[in-house]
Amino acid sequence: MAELMTERAQGIRIEGLRKRYGRGDTAVDALRGVDMAVAPGEVVGLVGPSGSGKSTLLKCLGAVIEPSGGRMTLGDTSIYDEGWRIPDLRALRRDKIGFVFQAPYLIPFLDVTDNVALLPMLAGRPNGESRERARELLAALDVAHRARAMPSQLSGGEQQRVAIARALVNRPPVILADEPTAPLDSERALAVIRILNRMARQYQTAVIVVTHDEKIIPTFERIYHIRDGRTHEEAGEGRGLE
Amino acid sequence: MISLAGRDILHGWGKFVFTGIGLGLLIGVTLSMAGIYRGMVDDAEVLLDNSGADLWAVQKDTLGPYAEPSNLADDLYRSLQTLPGVARAANVTYLTMQVSPLTDDPATGDPNARARRAMVVGVVPGGFGEPGQPESLVAGRHLTRGHYEAVADISTGFRLGEQLRIRRHAYRVVGLTRRAVSSGGDPMVFIPLKDAQEAQFLKDNDAIVAQRRRSAANPAFNRPGQPQVLDAVLAAQTQSNSVNAILVRLTPHAYPDQVAADIRRWKHLSVYTRAEMNEILQAKLIATSARQIFMFLVILSVVSAAIVAFIIYTLTLGKIREIAVLKLIGTRNRTIAGMILQQAIGLGVIGFIVGKTVATLWAPVFPKYVLLLPGDAARGFLIVVIICVLASLVAIRAALRVDPAEAIGG
Repeated sequence: MAELMTERAQGIRIEGLRKRYGRGDTAVDALRGVDMAVAPGEVVGLVGPSGSGKSTLLKCLGAVIEPSGGRMTLGDTSIYDEGWRIPDLRALRRDKIGFVFQAPYLIPFLDVTDNVALLPMLAGRPNGESRERARELLAALDVAHRARAMPSQLSGGEQQRVAIARALVNRPPVILADEPTAPLDSERALAVIRILNRMARQYQTAVIVVTHDEKIIPTFERIYHIRDGRTHEEAGEGRGLE
Repeated sequence: MISLAGRDILHGWGKFVFTGIGLGLLIGVTLSMAGIYRGMVDDAEVLLDNSGADLWAVQKDTLGPYAEPSNLADDLYRSLQTLPGVARAANVTYLTMQVSPLTDDPATGDPNARARRAMVVGVVPGGFGEPGQPESLVAGRHLTRGHYEAVADISTGFRLGEQLRIRRHAYRVVGLTRRAVSSGGDPMVFIPLKDAQEAQFLKDNDAIVAQRRRSAANPAFNRPGQPQVLDAVLAAQTQSNSVNAILVRLTPHAYPDQVAADIRRWKHLSVYTRAEMNEILQAKLIATSARQIFMFLVILSVVSAAIVAFIIYTLTLGKIREIAVLKLIGTRNRTIAGMILQQAIGLGVIGFIVGKTVATLWAPVFPKYVLLLPGDAARGFLIVVIICVLASLVAIRAALRVDPAEAIGG
């Protein structure tokens, strides 16, 4: 296990992560020492029943809530070690973490290109360069022909591909995907996972997919099961991605 | 960086424009209220300008002739003309009454349908330059004859050559003027002084007959063997020798305060300079109305602020999920606050443009003069922007309290 972690140290590594809500008698331990490691270019599944701590883990990984203990390392940078090591969590989320949600949550008043280009613009990159980078990603995800469309004019699958493009546009070392295939049928769900795998390899991004979706669980080569705030790893089937 | 606020406004332009129009109508009413106040002040200025006087001599210890009744003997002006510094002194009377044309209204056939409430001003005939005469005419000529001529303000609707009835007599309109109004906004009708004195103090026939009967029954007036006493008393009772004020024009280089002091000292009259009369009109006559209008302005401003706050707050609540996503992907708080602020100001700008336009369009329809000053519009715009900024604070506070974790399920 230690060897595996060292091997994947350049992706994201979590050791003994804990999260406690509340204090005293009413305290609830949502995470009780989570260990995970995801290498660059790898897509892993994070599965577990409702209330198992999936969303809490995702929020901790996304620097949205503060863990109660443990360590998180992104690449070779320690971001949490019994306390945040990065002063600007907003910039961390913007530059180092990509998010894909259950619903695409595209900004309804921006067209497809600007929805994707918004992140590099927020990071201070010039508008032209940001849009160029967005167009490249849209082309890679086969939605370049909808670049000028508004989100409401896209199909569910197209919207999710645009959301993936938005998550990738700042070339983050890790992408957190929260039930990204939930609203899609089997064919489209598999297509999204294929895209995530292709993009992960292409951009050497570590991808963690939180899911309940039985259709896509067999596609992962590694799966983390979470139950009662603890994870255990097992090998997946890794099929259906050809 | 793209303008998030601009894109949102363009995306939902219909909602913004219609909301802006609603707000604009409210702003239009606010600007009109300010215009009504400015119109009242301007009416007072115009009233003083039109009188052509440097000093107003009125009954002692009164604020006449515009703010209080004032009666003076109509031969007093002669003694004022002899004072050093006085170029011209002329009697004047003011009487607000209903004036109707003798011609039937073409629509109703009723002459009273075109009757107007007007301030009838009795002036000494003589043409341009006489104190009390209108400063300029837009048609016809000034009063030159001693009787039965009139010059009317064009807003009365009376036409050149038309005959008017004032009390018992008919007057032909020989001239039309513009912006000749009382401090209350009633248009003026100028007639010769003698006619105005008669109109002001003339009783109706029944009252005259009754008074003659009473005088004849009084043994002090109707003495046996002295019938001329009763005739003299009756003549005195039916004639008027009073005017409301004497308008005094000064010679060049004369000091108004010095001449006014001389008149007060030697003639025992109250005298007001232009500045003092202006103060009487603004501080005493229109002060209550001004306070009333100010209260309306405050209420309308509060209502506008509440509407902008409600609209911006509602629009922000409708974007909570997008705001959560924006915060999660690393958007700064100031970018989100800026978006809401720009939308509020955008709404205010749309509202102001609509408000200024409608206020300009409907100002001439108001029965009283509405004066829309560019300075008031600029101040109004500034106040609208300040109100929008303040109103957006509630929505900004709500947006900044959105937890980025809301974008993640669970």
